[in-house]
Amino acid sequence: MSSRASWRETFAEEAIAPLVALGIALVVGDLLILAYGQAPGDVWRTLVEGTWGNAYGFGQVLYKATTLTCTGLAVALSLRAGLFNIGAEGQLAMGGLAAALVGLALPASTPLAIAAALATFAALVGGGAVGAVPGWLKSRFGAHEVIVTIMLNFIVLALLNWFVSARLHVPETLHTPSIRAGALPRIAEWFSAFHGSAANASLFLVAVAVAVVSWALFRTRAGYELRAVGLQPDAAEYAGVKVGRVWTRAMIVGGALAGLGGINFVLGYKGYYEDGFSGGAGFLGIAVALVGRNHPVGVVLAALFFATLSQGGLAINATVPKQMVEVLQGVVILAVAASVPEVRRILRQSVRGR
Amino acid sequence: MRKLLALLGVLLAIHVAFLFVRPAGAALPATADAVDVGIVFDLGGRGDKSFNDGAYLGAERAMRELGARVRFVEPGEGSDREAGLRLLAAEGMDLVIGVGFIFTDDLSQLALEYPNVAFAGVDFAVGVDSTGAVIQPPKNLAALKFREEQGSFLVGALAALVGGSKKVGFVGGMDSPLIHKFEAGYRAGAMHVCPDCEVIAQYAGVTPEAFRNPGRGKELALSQFQSGVNVIYHASGSTGLGVFEAARTLKKLGIGVDADQYNEAPGYVLSSMVKGVDAAVFDAIKRVKEQRFVGGIYQFGLAENGVGYVYDARNKALIPDSVRTRLEALRAEIIAGRITVPSTR
Repeated sequence: MSSRASWRETFAEEAIAPLVALGIALVVGDLLILAYGQAPGDVWRTLVEGTWGNAYGFGQVLYKATTLTCTGLAVALSLRAGLFNIGAEGQLAMGGLAAALVGLALPASTPLAIAAALATFAALVGGGAVGAVPGWLKSRFGAHEVIVTIMLNFIVLALLNWFVSARLHVPETLHTPSIRAGALPRIAEWFSAFHGSAANASLFLVAVAVAVVSWALFRTRAGYELRAVGLQPDAAEYAGVKVGRVWTRAMIVGGALAGLGGINFVLGYKGYYEDGFSGGAGFLGIAVALVGRNHPVGVVLAALFFATLSQGGLAINATVPKQMVEVLQGVVILAVAASVPEVRRILRQSVRGR
Repeated sequence: MRKLLALLGVLLAIHVAFLFVRPAGAALPATADAVDVGIVFDLGGRGDKSFNDGAYLGAERAMRELGARVRFVEPGEGSDREAGLRLLAAEGMDLVIGVGFIFTDDLSQLALEYPNVAFAGVDFAVGVDSTGAVIQPPKNLAALKFREEQGSFLVGALAALVGGSKKVGFVGGMDSPLIHKFEAGYRAGAMHVCPDCEVIAQYAGVTPEAFRNPGRGKELALSQFQSGVNVIYHASGSTGLGVFEAARTLKKLGIGVDADQYNEAPGYVLSSMVKGVDAAVFDAIKRVKEQRFVGGIYQFGLAENGVGYVYDARNKALIPDSVRTRLEALRAEIIAGRITVPSTR
């Protein structure tokens, strides 16, 4: 049973930093609430009741966590390969638009399974294409992926913005017409308690993606190579791994995962692409990956945590300003980031590189 | 490891201790007869000097004068709009207001789900069906719309009367039907008082980015001023700041939009076409309090004081009395229906 004990040990080691971060956030939150003249006990209770306390709130948390899981995975996977992917925002938006375009192009009579599969595939391809650019530039020319992904966000978002507002939008709105085929059913159709919440079947698709990524990362040769490159690219190259190819692949798969998040809004929630739907979920994915320690399971837990904060922020908005929740997010991110080995290594490397 | 565990324990202990602290005056006192109003802001949020701030002002007045209890929600991302409205509706608010045309879909859907709650949408985009007939909003939903073209008509006349160069300018933000409405009214107003005048209308772009591009605004304004235009009206968000900048540089005049923009360039802002979002919001709350709220499309034009132009102590010196008299006469004619202002180009 030694393997089980060691599993427990690693879990405890990995989880302790985020838990301490959570503790710090709770205390900072208490102080902020008190500074606002409110009772911490009441505010936290409202936050929990508005999120995990009822089916609607829980559904909203699941909905938000679905997108965040995708962008978190996108960042985590690239970080495992030693790359910092800041481009999840653009990849997510492109995935969403690609899914919407397929949904618009298919005739309404297309069976749901086929239409949804095609639109989901389009989302993967759309996000992957955006991810491929920095991946290729990195492996071919050594262009730094941080710069390229940041810049690409602006390009992609401006391009989509132009495309939707100049070509495709419904007058007096910022969104495309409703998709004809491929709309995924909401959870509320099976469990009526979830009525009104945006949680939908893309939840299950994303859960499958998490399982596949876990398996590929830890049980396949490609995953092993990816981790080896991330830990020590020179050593990996010496061992015969084509580092450039691994980088490109990691960015493509990462982009595709972020793009997958687009179906949550487009196919599952509104049924159309809306300019700016990503609303920062791509950037929050960086935090999700950090807090989740770049492990798929950790990413899911971190996504649930940030989703809870986001939805809870709405619930307590009446008594405490929304900014409090944003401060808490920042506290957790800072506290975790300071302790994450990957961040420390990158910081050390950049100091040494100078 | 052990140190971290100890730290965690200490943090949790402090947190639990805090849970029992209860400052005096926490939580709102419940008053049974007050009107409960919930307002969800657009993503821009408060501080936009435009409709979000306008809605806030209206709500504040309702709190003061009507004793309304108002809760504000500031959404973060797309799905928060519906979530915010739903949260308020589910809590049994008497009136739920969404600020901005972007709430149109969310409001229409929720109004059907909560038939006993009154809803209102500022700048609500009323749809038309395939035959071109207007689709009425649900019975418990008030679409608060503004006749921006009427206010623009008056500032168009103002620009032509004060400019004195047979040329007046217009700078729009995003080239879209919403802004064409401003242009159409402005053009009609200028032509009404000066039939041989020329209206030069330009747009900053075709994307929403065009509302946030002061550099482009300045560029357009400079070229218009240099071609002989003396007064420019802008309907372009913060792009208009560039228009005022150009006016200040060349000692010409600009006309503001939505709110009184005199402070953006004191002395060079002839007037502003103001949109009374505050009055519309206050009015909706008042109707609910007096239990005479009915859904439908509400148009706020000159007659309702929903739109207008600024004439006060600060810009009085720029507007001659004869012009003021003429504008007031035009206002009366529009209200009486003798002048019909077009809303499309």
